[in-house]
Amino acid sequence: MMEFLTEVRWSPYAVGIGIGILSWFSFLISRKPLACSTSFARTSGMIEKLFSRKKVDLKPYYQKIGLAVDWQWMLVVGIIIGSLISALLSGDFRWQWVPSLWAAAFGGNPLMRIIVALVGGICIGFGARWAGGCTSGHGISGTLQLAVSSWISAICFFIGGILTAHIIFTLIG
Amino acid sequence: MQTSKSMDKRMQTSVPKKDISPLLWGLAFGIVFGFLLQKGGATKYDVIVGQLLLNDFTVLKIMLSAVLIGLIGIHAMKTLGWVELYPKSSSAGMNIIGGLIFGVGFAVLGYCPGTIAGAIGNGAGRLGRRTGGNFDRFRPFASLYPRLSQGILMKGDYGDVTFPRLFKVNEWVIVILAATLIVIVLYWLERAGM
Repeated sequence: MMEFLTEVRWSPYAVGIGIGILSWFSFLISRKPLACSTSFARTSGMIEKLFSRKKVDLKPYYQKIGLAVDWQWMLVVGIIIGSLISALLSGDFRWQWVPSLWAAAFGGNPLMRIIVALVGGICIGFGARWAGGCTSGHGISGTLQLAVSSWISAICFFIGGILTAHIIFTLIG
Repeated sequence: MQTSKSMDKRMQTSVPKKDISPLLWGLAFGIVFGFLLQKGGATKYDVIVGQLLLNDFTVLKIMLSAVLIGLIGIHAMKTLGWVELYPKSSSAGMNIIGGLIFGVGFAVLGYCPGTIAGAIGNGAGRLGRRTGGNFDRFRPFASLYPRLSQGILMKGDYGDVTFPRLFKVNEWVIVILAATLIVIVLYWLERAGM
């Protein structure tokens, strides 16, 4: 009966429909769109606060978003747990330092991948804050509300991403 | 009597007991979201970068079908008066430049903020890099925010406008238009065998 829970992959349409329905309940019950990226900025502020409380309190951006555990922060924690449950149920859980696509082009050295990932992480963080959202906040929740800002952002995410991926894997790799 | 009663009521509402149910709902929605992302393969570097290399259209199929279902349901509930919308207030300066920078990071890291959380749950053993890369990466923005918010972030400000308001038409016109467009793209992707 419940075999579908232990399957490794579902059809992308089943997953998409599931996320679409999930967004209904998120609007209906929590009055919030599904989004992730502000929680990372918030966590960064919380960590920074451990070292220099005053400086963090004075930063206008942190004042704007607030530095408490909130609904979206718990959503991100939930994503980690949900993904873990899914991976464990299907036996798809494995520790991995270097993704295979990367290893095929650039070799299996974890240090190089870590440095590149760090640079990518900084761009993602900076870009998400600058654009005011990420692939979930703009890409799914914003576009389904027909927000102009979100359609423009989502298109630019993919333009930047497609160009960069081709530069990395075709020109360099 | 009447006044003291209403005062009581006001005091009760002004000093609410800390209600953790919103947090629990957030956690529950997150668990379902993470579960779905993992089942879809969107927590994997190879799938995300495969999309950006235009070899594997899983990510786009997930996103477009989520938007299709969400779009219709949310607008139906809005028409019924059950929900309101929260379009993000923004500007061309924010969305275009920020979006392109995000895209570069998307390809270089191979994850986005939501899928990287899912990737941790999937066991990608880069926890050390993540705690460094993930949380620290948002710090430069907080430092630059005062200068940015006065300058480039305001360029081409269009507020929290939605397409129905921009074109001054009934929102269902745009809902049906967008839904049709998504169905056509998905149909075309399948027909092309992608």
